[in-house]
Amino acid sequence: MNSNIAASIRTQRLASLIPMLSKMIPEHAILSEPEQLKAYECDAFTTMRQMPLLTVLPDTIEQVQHVMRCCHALDIPVVARGAGTGLTAGAMPVENGVLLGMSKFNKIHAIDLHNRTAWIDPGVRNQAVSDAVAPYNLYFAPDPSSQLACSVGGNVAENAGGVHCLKYGLTVHNILELEIVSIEGERMTLGGPALDAAGYDLMAIMTGSEGLLGIVVGIRVKLLAKPASARVLLAAFSTIEDAGNAIAKIIGAGIIPAGLEMIDQTGIQAIEALMHAGYPVHAAAVIICELDGSVEEVEDELSSVIAILNSLNASDIQVSTNETESKRIWAARKAAFPALASLAPDNYVMDGTIPRRALAEVWTKINRLSDEYQLLVVNVFHAGDGNMHPSILFDSSDENQYQRANELATRILELCIQVGGTISGEHGIGLEKINQMCLQFSDAEINQFHALKHAFDEKRLLNPGKQIPTLARCAEFNAMHIHRGEMPFPHLERF
Amino acid sequence: MADSINATPESLAEQVKNAHYNQSPLQIMGSGSKSFYGRNITAIPLSVAAYSGVINYEPSELVITARAGTPLREIENLLDEQGQMLGFEPPSFTDTATLGGTIACGISGPRRPYAGAARDFVLGVTIINGKGEILKFGGQVIKNVAGYDVSRLMTGAQGSLGILLDISLKVIPKPAYEATRVLPYSHQQMNTLLSDIGRKPVPVSATLLHNNSLYIRLSGAKAGVQAAASAIGGDTLQNADPFWQQLKEQQQPFFNQQRPLWRVSLPPAAAVIPGDLVEEESFIEWGGAQRWVYSHNGKKLQEWAIKNGGHASCFRDAKRDPSLSHSADETVFSPLSPALFALSKRIKDSFDPAHILNPNRLYTGL
Ligand SMILES: Cc1cc2nc3c(=O)[nH]c(=O)nc-3n(C[C@H](O)[C@H](O)[C@H](O)COP(=O)(O)OP(=O)(O)OC[C@H]3O[C@@H](n4cnc5c(N)ncnc54)[C@H](O)[C@@H]3O)c2cc1C
Repeated sequence: MNSNIAASIRTQRLASLIPMLSKMIPEHAILSEPEQLKAYECDAFTTMRQMPLLTVLPDTIEQVQHVMRCCHALDIPVVARGAGTGLTAGAMPVENGVLLGMSKFNKIHAIDLHNRTAWIDPGVRNQAVSDAVAPYNLYFAPDPSSQLACSVGGNVAENAGGVHCLKYGLTVHNILELEIVSIEGERMTLGGPALDAAGYDLMAIMTGSEGLLGIVVGIRVKLLAKPASARVLLAAFSTIEDAGNAIAKIIGAGIIPAGLEMIDQTGIQAIEALMHAGYPVHAAAVIICELDGSVEEVEDELSSVIAILNSLNASDIQVSTNETESKRIWAARKAAFPALASLAPDNYVMDGTIPRRALAEVWTKINRLSDEYQLLVVNVFHAGDGNMHPSILFDSSDENQYQRANELATRILELCIQVGGTISGEHGIGLEKINQMCLQFSDAEINQFHALKHAFDEKRLLNPGKQIPTLARCAEFNAMHIHRGEMPFPHLERF
Repeated sequence: MADSINATPESLAEQVKNAHYNQSPLQIMGSGSKSFYGRNITAIPLSVAAYSGVINYEPSELVITARAGTPLREIENLLDEQGQMLGFEPPSFTDTATLGGTIACGISGPRRPYAGAARDFVLGVTIINGKGEILKFGGQVIKNVAGYDVSRLMTGAQGSLGILLDISLKVIPKPAYEATRVLPYSHQQMNTLLSDIGRKPVPVSATLLHNNSLYIRLSGAKAGVQAAASAIGGDTLQNADPFWQQLKEQQQPFFNQQRPLWRVSLPPAAAVIPGDLVEEESFIEWGGAQRWVYSHNGKKLQEWAIKNGGHASCFRDAKRDPSLSHSADETVFSPLSPALFALSKRIKDSFDPAHILNPNRLYTGL
């Protein structure tokens, strides 16, 4: 937007909004100084930034309702923010819009041991839930690698997963009830403490809606009993094909590991340099497989898995014998992203998901693309559910590298779509992947998404411009894309 | 894999386009095996039964994709040959039940609290919306967060938001071993026991409480199941497979009565339903979360269920409940709050602006 116009809108909005907000929101919870706002200009996708008009930090649901009513009345956009660990610029403010920080909603209100649920605030950290219920031998299953920092409200908004979602599901499978505040400021309860609710499955639509449909102000999470036994196994392979086959064979044998991960050679070496976890640095790939359940069950499955691994020439098989050893193997895996930071200033983490059968093929093609674009791509990912996290390493201060990284990212996502996969498995679309939505969905499908959004937010004030592209944007993106001759599969049906 | 398609997506979409243009409501039909469920509607039947056949199934992907008219039995048999199954153990009620009807009704069987509901296994759908557009959402991969989760929204919407064409479901390996224990327990004793073992890694996969007998099915590796079974105590139920099969299909004599059968969905540990609301013993599944009762006091039952954190629906009703005769159909499903109803109506409008897809089957106006 023209900066003069933007500045005048800003002045007008501040003049009308602040007095209205102040009727219910204390002064200290309304941040307007640039140095205060700086902390809110981006999420963990730091290459996109935007200062908000204001940041409001409410601490009661009534205050959230008030903020929404004010913004609705004045036609001012609202972007919710949990902990800001999102990887797709979902919580990045919009120009001259309000940033609604949910961090003060940080209480666990009730733990219901009989029904094994807890009613919590949206700003509660993911790990804090499992910590609070650990004394009862319970835990909250979704475990994104960011679990020490990310909020459960953010998990709901992104339908976050983690290393254990192959067996225990994503956020959508582990929540029962949501309280939300609509853009009109109305409170609504979706789902309930029973296993299902009357009417449409609005929990499903709300989960993963990236703050575009309503503000989550309360969550009933499901709690699971901790397994009696969990063993973690690490195995090395000299070819990617063998590693990929091992994944398919384990699943094909009727075993659902609690976690099934794969790391390529560059990833292994970077992790080993940082963590000294005993990862075999000369392997082309390692897989990490966690088996959990009753002691007997785990022993049974362990011997089946080892037999499969041996049949595929695995080497350096390590099996944890206690929790400390398990933790050591996992801690190294979860440190993958910091480890990659030593290799390049910037790391563009992709999130495409593909059918498992295509793992080796896609991996090989990614390596070819990596050569073509002269950028290192490292694969550390959730292989069991086909969720690839290729990391493109680059230096954003070099404009040419930045361009190449973005183009390469699009090529990789196209590859995922081509083999029957999707552009995002768990990180969401936000602004980062909004163009690639045009590759995955037809115009009619995108229109249907907009119609659904309209049912919740007629004025398009909630996190506008994110997740669902406009058709105009798609037309422009597709034209440019084809124009540059980048469309590698022109015959490909867009689905 | 049957591949003969007598109904094509295009021909079905054409019919919907015409209906949209003429504003003439359609009643979407699979095999009709669940036509007892939901409110009565009068509309022109549109059958999808001929749109049948498995499209893709690779056991190591744990995913099956099939057309909506595919008989559920066909899918179950195919999975069974590979040692896999549908985790939500859907009932068929007849031999002809289709996949589309199963997902549209969103009914799940005994394994539901432990493995997940129908909606938890739906990965992707192709639908025809109320404008006759063929749209695809979700996909064939287990994790997918591109766009709103329309596939799960379709589950249980009873066709009112779109006609299901192709459906991709996550499947699970069949457990290596199962055993069922029977204990002479009251409702209260069941609550105490389940609350206790719910916090332990006991591989429960189904429960039933009826006539003061508690049945607990355990599934998993043989040694683990045996260890859990002896820890729980009670007796072993012989011939357990047909027992759970009959329960899933509601073939016990209990279900064979010409009275209004209600399904009450509650938090598992919710109180016992007061005696003045129900007639005789009930069938209590899902660790207390799904209770089948006969009642001529449906409205009161619904109020009680809502107050206790759940809802109640008239599941099967040969003769509508006389106490509800003034507005019989309105009370099939628990009423929604005004705000939720208004939102649901706007969602209906967004998929089916002319309200031609199974209108009023869920609620008047949806
Ligand atoms: C190192 C690292 C590792 C990660 N690993 C994983 C992983 O393994 N799996 C995974 O799924 N993700 C992962 N992530 C991504 C991120 O942590 C998740 O998306 C997380 O769910 C975001 O939570 P948050 O509280 O930080 O949300 P934010 O980033 O603050 O917000 C994310 C989105 O949610 C919306 N939102 C937040 N709170 C609310 C609310 N109360 N109501 C409505 N909308 C709201 C925002 O508007 C935004 O669109 C990782 C991120 C990092 C930095």
